[in-house]
Order: sequence, then C-alpha cells, then structure tokens
Amino acid sequence: MKWLKKLRPGWGLLPIVIMLVLWEVIARLELFPGQFFFPPFSTVVQEFYYLTVNGVLGDNFFSSLGRVLIGFIAGSIAGILVGTIMGWKDIAHKALNPIINMLYPIPALGWLPLLMLWIGINELLPITIIFICSFFPVLYNTVTGIRNVDKDYIQAARTLGASDARILATVVMPLALPNIFTGLRLEAGMAWRVIIAAEMVAIPTGIGALMMKATNTMRIDIIIVCLIVLAVMCLSFERFFAYLEEKVTAKWR
Amino acid sequence: MPHIELKNICKHICRDVSLEINDSELLVLLGHSGAGKTTLLNVIAGLADYEGSVIFDGVPLDKVAASKRKIGYLFQELVLFPHLDVASNIAYSLKAQKVHKEKIRHRVDSLLKMLKITHLSSRYPKKLSGGEKQRVALGRALACAPKVLLLDEPMSSLDGQTAKHLRAELKQLQGELGITTIYVTHDLAEAEEMADRIAVIHNGSIEQLAPPDEVFFYPKSEAVSDFIGAPNILDCDCYRELEQGVIEVSCGGLPIIVAHEGNAVQRIALFPRDIYISDTCPPGAGVNRFKGTVTDVRYVDDSVRLDVQVGEKKLVTELPHHIFDEMELAVGKEAYLILKLRRIRTYECKCNHNKRG
Repeated sequence: MKWLKKLRPGWGLLPIVIMLVLWEVIARLELFPGQFFFPPFSTVVQEFYYLTVNGVLGDNFFSSLGRVLIGFIAGSIAGILVGTIMGWKDIAHKALNPIINMLYPIPALGWLPLLMLWIGINELLPITIIFICSFFPVLYNTVTGIRNVDKDYIQAARTLGASDARILATVVMPLALPNIFTGLRLEAGMAWRVIIAAEMVAIPTGIGALMMKATNTMRIDIIIVCLIVLAVMCLSFERFFAYLEEKVTAKWR
Repeated sequence: MPHIELKNICKHICRDVSLEINDSELLVLLGHSGAGKTTLLNVIAGLADYEGSVIFDGVPLDKVAASKRKIGYLFQELVLFPHLDVASNIAYSLKAQKVHKEKIRHRVDSLLKMLKITHLSSRYPKKLSGGEKQRVALGRALACAPKVLLLDEPMSSLDGQTAKHLRAELKQLQGELGITTIYVTHDLAEAEEMADRIAVIHNGSIEQLAPPDEVFFYPKSEAVSDFIGAPNILDCDCYRELEQGVIEVSCGGLPIIVAHEGNAVQRIALFPRDIYISDTCPPGAGVNRFKGTVTDVRYVDDSVRLDVQVGEKKLVTELPHHIFDEMELAVGKEAYLILKLRRIRTYECKCNHNKRG
C-alpha cells in the first residue's frame, strides 16, 4: 500500500484540476456573458506564454520580487532585532510597547499617502511599504515568543553557568523560534499582497502595475495571469517558511 | 566539597533561617508544600534575592551571581532544554564555561556511561521516559563537577518503582562523588532513605535538624510529630531477647514483643493506624494485646483518632469513619488493642549500656 501513500499528495491537486476544467467548459460554452469578460483557461495559459516569451511578465515579476525580498528581509531582520531587545529587556518593552501598540494596527497601505510625500514615487517607496508590512508582525511575534519562554529554562541555564547573552542565544531564541516563524510565514504571503496593491496605486512597474495597465486596456486574460502569479508567489513564500520551520523545530517540538 | 552555612535567611515564607550543612553530607529538607523548601534552594543557588548570608567554606556568596556559584541544580520539573538532544543538554554547562571540545566529549561520554544512558545521547527530551529524563537532568547538573548539588523533589514525577531504583543509585553516586547535597522532599520515607540528616521545615523555619532516626523518635515539636504522622513513641525500661530476632520490651509496664536484631532498644514507635482497636475482645491468644479505656475521640479528615489509656501509657489509635461508626467506642468505654508487631519501629540505644531485664 506504499504506492497509495505516495500518491496521496496528488489528490490535493484534483479539486484544482476539476476547477480548471469547469472554468474551460463554462467559458467555451459562454455560460458567462462572453469570452471577452471570462476568457477560457487555455487562453490565459496562451497569454502567460506570450507574456513570458516577450519578457513583459519576467521584467515586471522580477521588479516585484526584488522589492518584496529587500523589503521583507530588511523588515524581518529589523523586527527580530527590535523584538529580541523588547522581549529580553523589560525596560525596552516598557519604553517601546506603547508606541508599537499604537502603530501596529495601521495597515501597511495606510502609510502610502504619507510615504509618497516623504519619499516620492521611486523604488524606495514599495520597499518601505513592504518593510513596514513585515516589521510590525515579525516584531510582535518575536516579543511574544521570547516573553513566553518558560522562566525555568532561563533559571536552569543560569545555574549551569551561562551568561545572559549565552542564555539568549542558546535557550531563549531557539525556544522563541516557533513564534518567530509564525510571524515570518504570515508576513511572507502578506508582503506579496501589499506590493501588488502598492504597485497598482503608485508604482509604474511590477506585477501590480501590469495588472493596472491590463485593466486600462481591458485585457482580462492578463489580469488573470497576474492573479495566478500572485497566488503562486504568496503560497510559495508561505510554504517555504512552513518548510523551514518544520526543518528547524519539528525534531524537538 | 564545601561546608555550607545559611545565616538568618529571609525570603518569602522563610524567616531568619539558619542552617549548616556539612562537607559531603546529604541533607534532606523535609516539609509540606509551601513550607519554604524550594525558596531555600533558590536562595542557595542565587536565583532569588534574599536577606541574610549564604556561606560556602567560610566565603560569603551573597554577591556572587547564580552562574558563578558552581552549583548543580536539579529542578522539580527537570527543565531539560527541549531543543537540545541528551548529549547537548549534558554538555550545556561545559560549553557555557568554554571547555575544550575534546574534553566536553570525554566528560559527556563518561556521564552518559555512569548514568547508563549512552544509547540515548542523540534523543530529544520529548522522546524520553520520566526516569530517562531524570537521569539526563542529573547528568546535566553534574557535568561541570559542581561543589554543591541541589535536588528539588527530583522523584516526584516518577512511578514508585523507578523512583526507588533511582534513589538508591543517586545515594550511591552522591557517596562516591562526595558532593555536598541538599535534597528536597515532602515524603518521610524518601527522606529517611536518602538523608544523612533531615532538616524539617515548617512555615519557613527549621523545626528540627537531626539524623533520620532521631527526627522520628525524638520529634522536637508538635509540628514535626504531626508531619511524620504523630506516631506513638514509647520509652523502653528494659528488654529481653525471646529468640533470634524477637525481643520483649517493657514500656511503662506494658510488655511489648518486637522484631529486632542488634543493640538494646531505647524507644519504640508505632503509627496510630498500625494499632488495631475493637470494642469486643478479639478471639484467640496473641501477642501485643492490651485492654484499656478510651479517654478521647477526635475526628481527623476521613478518620477517627482515639486516645486509649493502657496502664500508665496513653496510646493513640486511628481507624476509618465507617468502621468507627460500626463499633460502640466512646469516651470512658473499654477498648481492646492489638499492636501490629511488624510495624513497630525500634530506636537503638546509642550508648553502651544494655538494660536487659
């Protein structure tokens, strides 16, 4: 029965295949008002091919990817650093927590008008938006993870002769990892959602901008291509961090 | 290994506690939950602020951080680091002290061997049984060759059989290594099994500090007596050997037969629950049977305690509610007692004179 177990992951694709077939049939039979507004899946695939071959999709995709990676990595590193200080030092927590609590609820896109005026419309703008989008949740999860570490572990490490810095590095941070990974996983997907919105509103390049141009030219097939790219990237980023978390923490959790 | 002195320690419930623990001694801190046992351990380990002084070999440690006190602490919950495997848990203190890698490997290997857990070295704590975890925690506490070992109810999470086995091993190990050890428990039998001396702690103060037998047979206060189960303790006037391993002692005129081998018996003790009481004379002949008069009846939790005057001696007996209700026992009524021979504990005379009858 091992072959059955091996097949199991394939079953997850079945609903997607059924959905695509239904999509193709509904569009071909024109059950929706016209193929123009609801192109068949095969047309979308064809358009995906054209956009890839002529480099339009690649250029815009890599623009978005670069912004997401830079903003997300910088925001996450900053979130982990500040979160570590806040989680470990009570005085830092007391000083910064009220400010964080006030800023955290503001949606990343809410900063856009202000940042457009402060930074202007250039590459730094979407990167800053992604930075903000990643920073607060990662920080929040890092603080929670560190402060939730059982004090007994810290006491035990102390009696075993470990310095505070060593306790932080070898006991507290590893035990806070599951929380930190939760923050990273959620925000990795969120970064893509935010960059698309930011590019649609304010930036002339990237997947979001391509979608905006497609809207203006009423190219629904291109919009769908962009949405599929967005879905795949959100899922890939989230899955990557889920995999990483599993790899790092599963053996002891 | 150091001689430990606690001077006027004040922390939480502990008020003005002074205590001395001898070099290489295994001292058991015995007391109810909340009596201040763990607080005292935390004070010695430097994990809590306190008033007073902790002195190792004449050197006050009050300003020395926990990480510098060279103490091995086995926590009640064991607190193994879940993200480290067994070998890394044991090696933790050595790495913290930047010991050379090769030396760490040797030390960890020898501890794994000594504790008979070599086969577990690459396992994570979540995959260990209670007894295995306990061994790993002990190995971790011993890794950096501590001067003092603090054990906070280390057997509380283990089943009786495993705990008994590990206690014997621990006692042997402590004897071999000669580490000054403080062992916390609320279990009298465990304390008697492990201790060189027992310190009975009650409401944050040391009620009695003495060898196990002395605590049992000469409780210094009512609190100590209550804690050990308020046994009937009888002084022996004289004794005679009836046959090998069986003697008869006379306690205030009561001839009591006791299983005993060794020196002269100075005192005997018997828990109230080990004295059978009846309102009618039990049939047949037997040893250690007495007739007396009930002088007091007290309700204690789910049992009833009766004081019975037998000759010059007052014996306290205990029986469950439902059995008491079936009997016609009341103050002033006659009662028949049988002392369970095998349950009588003896305290040998420490002096040389034997009061043979």
